[in-house]
Amino acid sequence: MSFALTLDFVLRQDDFVLEMHEQVADRAVALYGRSGAGKTMVLDTVAGLRRPHRGRIQAGDHVLFDSKAHVDLPARHRRVGYVPQDVTLFPHMDVRRNVMYGAGRSTSNMLAHVLDLLDLEPFLDRRVGQLSGGERQRVAIARALMAAPDLLLLDEPLSALDVELRARVLPYLVRVRDDLRVPMLYVSHHADEVRAIADWVIHLERGRVTAAGPAEKVLAAAAGTGGLDSPG
Amino acid sequence: MTTDVWQVAWFTVTVAGVATIVMLPPGIGLAWLFARHRFLGRTALETLVALPLVIPPVATGLILLNLFGRRGSLGRLLAAAGVEVIFTWKAVVLAMAVMGLPLLVRAGRVAFEQVDRRYEQMAATLGAGPLRVFMTVSLPLAGRGLMAGTLLAFSRALGEFGATVMVAGSIPGSTRTIAAGIYSYTEVGNDAAAAGLLLVSICIAFGALWVSNRLAQS
Repeated sequence: MSFALTLDFVLRQDDFVLEMHEQVADRAVALYGRSGAGKTMVLDTVAGLRRPHRGRIQAGDHVLFDSKAHVDLPARHRRVGYVPQDVTLFPHMDVRRNVMYGAGRSTSNMLAHVLDLLDLEPFLDRRVGQLSGGERQRVAIARALMAAPDLLLLDEPLSALDVELRARVLPYLVRVRDDLRVPMLYVSHHADEVRAIADWVIHLERGRVTAAGPAEKVLAAAAGTGGLDSPG
Repeated sequence: MTTDVWQVAWFTVTVAGVATIVMLPPGIGLAWLFARHRFLGRTALETLVALPLVIPPVATGLILLNLFGRRGSLGRLLAAAGVEVIFTWKAVVLAMAVMGLPLLVRAGRVAFEQVDRRYEQMAATLGAGPLRVFMTVSLPLAGRGLMAGTLLAFSRALGEFGATVMVAGSIPGSTRTIAAGIYSYTEVGNDAAAAGLLLVSICIAFGALWVSNRLAQS
């Protein structure tokens, strides 16, 4: 099934201007750029947590924002699954309640599949505080998936993990991409992660798109200018 | 201690409990509103709610008397519906609720402000509407602070005197609270009864404040 993502908007916050005019047909898209480039702002805007000044955002057939048509869906109606950088699992709920929080549209088969995919079955009755960093990230991904999203937003999901844990969690993200085929918008400043996850890369610098295209091409160009693995 | 002392103590705890229950919905609602929303007249409303903290309690009592008395705008409406407030236990509840509300709102506002908005935003992206976000995320996460504020407001209600005597008097067996009882017994020279009420008052207030402080610190 084909999927297209339209990110065509201008957002102003204080002195910062974020401007994108991208239309992407790939299902795994990465936003690549240094800290402060505006990557998280893009995800917040797609999720409905920030309002663009003008423009249009569309995921598949679903128009999320269109300033000309006066469409601005509230976050709860956008059908996007958001895994933020600062993992915000609900601390007063156990893993099961976290995972099931947005599961209104999902079936028990979906739950079994997601738990199996992310190896979460043994953790269901644990409190959030009892989980390791990698387990928390997997629970956050499961929670987002159980809301049956049209688009998965992943904001540096591996950034808080050490190298060993990152290597262990990354294959789970690849499994989510390949098995569930949920379109994803993945934010990272690590080229190896982006290379493993994304088909299409949008390179952001100070709120502007400086390059967009197939992952290898954009990453090679970025590497030519010094790369980003040590964000400035 | 005499039966009268225990009766006054029991009555006070009961009406303070009812007053606390009565002030919970508006108190939590106002606390959330002040913590999460900016709107025209917000500062004026916040100041109005906090007024009983700073004006003399008898002045608050006088305002309530003018509102809920037979000639008062609300009193006339209630009288038409067959509800008499002034100089009944309902007046005690009213005075206690009005005097305790600012403490609940202040503590509740701080509690809601300490809840990271990101949790509420994530709940919204998971399809939760504002009421579900409030009931399942904001309220439980602010729970300890709200509980501490509730106990503080309950303690304030227990010790209420000025506003209560203005709207309810100190009628034995009907509207006499611990604070009014201590004053009345002292005035007629019944020092033993006054001392008994004083002891009961200290014990209850100490317990409530101790739990409130523990909750606020944890």
